[in-house]
Amino acid sequence: MRIRTLERLVGVVGVLAVGTVAVVLAQGPAKALLVDGSTTVGPIADAFAEALMRKDPSLSITVKKTGSGDGAKSLVDGLCDIATMSRFMKDKEYQAAVAKGFLPVAHAIAMDGVCVVVHPTNPVSGLTSDQIRGIYAGRITNWKEVGGADAPIVATTRDTSSGTYETFEGLIMKGEKMAAHVGTVGSNPEMHDSVATTAGAIGYVGLGFLDEKVKALTVNGIAPSKKTVASGVYPVSRPLFLFTRGYPELGSPAHTFCTFYLTEEGHEIIEAKGFVPLTNY
Amino acid sequence: MANRVNTEPAAASLDRPLLLTPGEDLAGYVGGLAGRLVLFLVAASSILAVLLIFAFIIREAIPFFFQGEAEGSALRHVLDRVVELFGSTKWYPEADEASEFGALAIVVGSLYVTVTALVVAVPLGLLTAVCLSDMVPFGIRQIIKPVVELLAAIPSVAYGFFAVLVLSPLIQEYLGVPTGKNILNAGLLLAIMAVPTIVSVSEDALTAVGRDLREASYACGATRAETILRVVMPAAHNGIIAAIILGMMRAIGETMVVWMAAGMAAQIPSPWWDLAQSVRPLTGTIAQEMGETVVGSTHYHALFVLGLVLLVFTFALNLVTEALLGRMRRQGGRIA
Repeated sequence: MRIRTLERLVGVVGVLAVGTVAVVLAQGPAKALLVDGSTTVGPIADAFAEALMRKDPSLSITVKKTGSGDGAKSLVDGLCDIATMSRFMKDKEYQAAVAKGFLPVAHAIAMDGVCVVVHPTNPVSGLTSDQIRGIYAGRITNWKEVGGADAPIVATTRDTSSGTYETFEGLIMKGEKMAAHVGTVGSNPEMHDSVATTAGAIGYVGLGFLDEKVKALTVNGIAPSKKTVASGVYPVSRPLFLFTRGYPELGSPAHTFCTFYLTEEGHEIIEAKGFVPLTNY
Repeated sequence: MANRVNTEPAAASLDRPLLLTPGEDLAGYVGGLAGRLVLFLVAASSILAVLLIFAFIIREAIPFFFQGEAEGSALRHVLDRVVELFGSTKWYPEADEASEFGALAIVVGSLYVTVTALVVAVPLGLLTAVCLSDMVPFGIRQIIKPVVELLAAIPSVAYGFFAVLVLSPLIQEYLGVPTGKNILNAGLLLAIMAVPTIVSVSEDALTAVGRDLREASYACGATRAETILRVVMPAAHNGIIAAIILGMMRAIGETMVVWMAAGMAAQIPSPWWDLAQSVRPLTGTIAQEMGETVVGSTHYHALFVLGLVLLVFTFALNLVTEALLGRMRRQGGRIA
């Protein structure tokens, strides 16, 4: 009896397995897309992937967040289909791609502002980019030198491989090195918490991480807002990119992904994640 | 059959032939040899792992000394790199052509947090151990010791969150210092993490001294304090030093807490006693920068050099501990 039952069970399982395989084969192989790169663009890519996979269940999109530099590298090495980057490709990366026989194509999908933030109790409400550079280079060490209270400045930066650091470094520091006493944190939320809990702190976060617990400074008299960032008037603003190997074939999953920012849903996702869309719905 | 086994000792199974056939003999020999080999390999695997880790880290660290344009001879270039690494405090690993790899401030940062941790943890740990071994009743010791050891089971990231969200604002508020992420914060948490090791090992050493020495001391008219300070602690000194070194290794190798609590600024505090300044220890630097550095770059190899410095340091400490514990065992002390 027992053996009969077992045989029947095996039979049923077998039929089910064959059936599943047949159904899967009939559907064709899942369309896989690998996205890798910036930790800043990551949340947008995650939400894009989720929305697209809901629309087309056969689509399988994996999003990794390893940093803009790593994204470019794995795109060049063919390890991913789309590189998310919070900066444009460097000359070296472009050359490496051309040497591998393809031309990287940039798709600007949104704008991001790197906001200089201080503790909400700080009376200083604005700095020039020269003053910010002076603070991070160690020439200005007390808030009274820039019109604030007599208190030491606690400057905090991001790890040197983050895209936010690269933007800040490129647009504010202009090649000058940061002073040794500048502390380092590893992520936007950590920077936010660090500034929110330290009275004399100055730091910088993406526009999406601004809230009432930190105070955003005007830079050269321009306050960071969706408008000033989208138009590029705010001095520390930057476009966010998707890079592909050549222009993706029309209608391919990569093409759908790279043009999703143009749809109304994509626009809403970008806005919800705290970035500034390039479209105007 | 069963009866015979019951009534006579094991040696009496006389029905077994005394001489083995050559085949049986060989099988037994080979089997024994194979068994030994397998056991040896299992035992050697951890040694192999240590050797492989050393080999891997050295292999990844060496290119650091040879990368970049050499000014003058190759030897000169290697020397320049060594001098820069241990003589300069300028750590700018990602500045392309202008990169600098001065790790002096980073090595010093590790020492700062470790020494601060020890200054707190050693008195605390030793007093706890003495209290547990010589003062409180055995029943209370049986409760307190496991609880202290439980401190070691808390994940270090939990300590890190505590450092950032609780201790850091407290330090800012009560000491009036600009930042709460500093040597003091990291040192205090490392001390809490090192205490279980110090208590556990030194309490074992103190208990191992034995009742006879203590009673001989009392018989000579010594008070309890004299007995503990002049007799028990000197007798257990090897174990106590080993406990301190083990606690030190715990502190110097800890990563998550110092990454979150030390502030990560690559500077040597000035003035030197100002524990309210941020430092950037070796472990935190490696953890923060290794994740996103380009494989094969000078920065990547420089991080392995930092790892090698750390490894050599803990390895040396470990050897000293082993030597001390070994001496303690030879002197007749027992350690659990």
